[in-house]
Amino acid sequence: MNNSIPHAAPRSTHRPRVAVHKFSSCDGCQLAFLNLGEPLLALAETVDILHFAEAGPIDEDAVVDIAFVEGSVATSKDAARLKRIRENSRYVITIGACATAGGIQALRNMHDSGEWIAGIYAQPEYLDLLPESRPIASIIKVDLELWGCPVNGEQVLGVTKALLIGHLPRVDHSAVCMECKRQNVVCVMVSQGKPCMGPVTQTGCGAICPKMQRDCYACYGPAVQANVSALSTYFAATGMPAREVAQRLLFINSQTEPFTSAGIHWQNKTSAAPNTNPGINPKTSLGAEQ
Amino acid sequence: MNIQRFLPRDRLQTLIDQLMSAGYDVIGPQVRDHAIIFDHLAGVDQLPIGITDEQAPGRYRLEKSDSVRCFDWATGPQALKPMTFVSRETLWRSDRRPDGSLAFREEPMVTRPTAIIGIRACDLAALSIHDRHFMHGAHPDPQYSQRRQSLFLVAVNCMRSAATCFCTATGDGPRARSGYDLSLSELDEGFILEVHTERGRDVVVRLDVTEATSAQIERANAGIEQAAKQQQRTLPAGPLQDKLVAAVEHPHWKTLDDRCLSCGNCTAVCPTCFCQTHGDEISLDGRQTSHVRQWESCFNPDHSYIHGIVIRTERPQRYRQWLTHKFGTWEEQFGRSGCVGCGRCIAWCPVGIDVTEELAALLIEPGIEPPAEQPGGKSDGQSGGVAHHE
Ligand code: SF4
Ligand code: SF4
Ligand code: SF4
Ligand code: SF4
Repeated sequence: MNNSIPHAAPRSTHRPRVAVHKFSSCDGCQLAFLNLGEPLLALAETVDILHFAEAGPIDEDAVVDIAFVEGSVATSKDAARLKRIRENSRYVITIGACATAGGIQALRNMHDSGEWIAGIYAQPEYLDLLPESRPIASIIKVDLELWGCPVNGEQVLGVTKALLIGHLPRVDHSAVCMECKRQNVVCVMVSQGKPCMGPVTQTGCGAICPKMQRDCYACYGPAVQANVSALSTYFAATGMPAREVAQRLLFINSQTEPFTSAGIHWQNKTSAAPNTNPGINPKTSLGAEQ
Repeated sequence: MNIQRFLPRDRLQTLIDQLMSAGYDVIGPQVRDHAIIFDHLAGVDQLPIGITDEQAPGRYRLEKSDSVRCFDWATGPQALKPMTFVSRETLWRSDRRPDGSLAFREEPMVTRPTAIIGIRACDLAALSIHDRHFMHGAHPDPQYSQRRQSLFLVAVNCMRSAATCFCTATGDGPRARSGYDLSLSELDEGFILEVHTERGRDVVVRLDVTEATSAQIERANAGIEQAAKQQQRTLPAGPLQDKLVAAVEHPHWKTLDDRCLSCGNCTAVCPTCFCQTHGDEISLDGRQTSHVRQWESCFNPDHSYIHGIVIRTERPQRYRQWLTHKFGTWEEQFGRSGCVGCGRCIAWCPVGIDVTEELAALLIEPGIEPPAEQPGGKSDGQSGGVAHHE
């Protein structure tokens, strides 16, 4: 096979510019980017990385083709900074659970976080903290959202390549299970009874938890076809207390439907012992049969 | 060709050795990550000796017994499919030449002659369906064909069925009928070896085997008979195509919306499912692309994305697609049902949805109440679940 077709689209001549911004987050997604290793060096030869605090260059107001945004909106200054980023960037792409869905810190949205703060900090007035942790898309238009806690560096790279060549990136929104099967990973739910969230969780991570004999805890957010009610009903019908079912749903992506409604539904069933600390413990006591 | 020989248990290793010296990579069953999987095999001690599998809807557990047998289990999560129709592979690449034109090249593929030990009747039946699908006509799938042609198959006749098996209902087992080079029937003292092909005979003549006695052959037959009798599940009388097509509006489909996760596990473990999706990956400098295919499932929305819309938007429509194709319209396509009765879709469905129960419920006249359903399938104490303690 050796055919030729005429060269279709001329390639742009200017070197693409990229920025990586950080809001409220743990820096894990920036690290996932850095951990790419060699491909990142190749990327650095193809594009100009103008702002990437974790890696060195700092120019927060750089005008760029692609702005990656890590972290959630959580302080009073974030909205203004985001609006500048939007004005300065052709594409805005959120990376990770915090930027895309508010992240683990959004658990405070369901509680009186003021009470917690008062219990921890001697002078809470020094904290600049909005009552809710919110996704980037609640403030500005976002062109593409990449999930995960943290994101998969390969997925970020794939998206970057597609944008550089000028076509829309294809992001697979189906469930983690297919990836498990493609990688010949033995299902931990069927073979070990672990309460895996993979069937309702968006793929993209490479099924890394089941590969390590762990149940998925849904860090990539809901799969497009997620049947959260069926899975959580099954968990409950086979013996998981409602409180733990709620914790499975209200964890890293607690502010995302259909996780939020289903989580609250199961939380409300926990009438006898009110849940004061939902979603903190990802591991249910029931799951592991060692 | 029907030559039956007896290979004593302590000489099973010589079969592996002979296959290796005949130039084959040898692959066989072994325990990994709480299941029986297939991988490279060097010695008999890697085989699942004394291991049985306990299977139920949504549930798979291995158990250890004192038995000396290596093949006293029914099925693992996969068998041949990942080795012939691989889950992800690059088919071809394109390069941009300096003048801007494109050059295409096939991805080179290296296969080695491979002997696989421990293939069951259901998997052989599924293989022959895949052969038809991938290798028919003027344009056979080159990747599948090359891998398929490198295989030497050592079948094992089942002496034990899992609770999820129903190959007697599909007519595909438990005895291997065709498509193998050698078959083994396991007795405590050793194996009855049956030769099916010339190259199978070439291997057996180099083994120190004796004539199988008629008593041994009888015991092997009784074992296979027993496996058939153990089977608990069955299918409505076929052919099913017309019946299922007539049932497309059956109210039972709607109940799947409360149970089916649309996760696609059933299709991924099914040895006859062959759906695939193709995509292109581009290099950073934009000068090279790879064309990659991977397993796809009719449970994913993209599967029915045609001309700008997703056709099967509802979960029950996707379940209906799976069931009516597998058990119904497959008949028109391949002259038989797409199910070989391996039971994998039942055991490996995370919530234990059972195709045999769904078919039974669907082929009841609409209006008649199907049996009361528990969320996720059966909840009879035998099925899976996250809180099921041993
Ligand atoms: S381990 Fe989890 S993600 Fe993988 S197939 Fe099983 S349920 Fe799905
Ligand atoms: S398996 Fe689940 S929890 Fe683990 S990394 Fe993937 S999406 Fe996140
Ligand atoms: S439909 Fe189920 S039982 Fe039938 S061949 Fe496929 S996986 Fe096996
Ligand atoms: S039948 Fe079971 S395995 Fe198949 S898609 Fe539905 S929940 Fe998943």
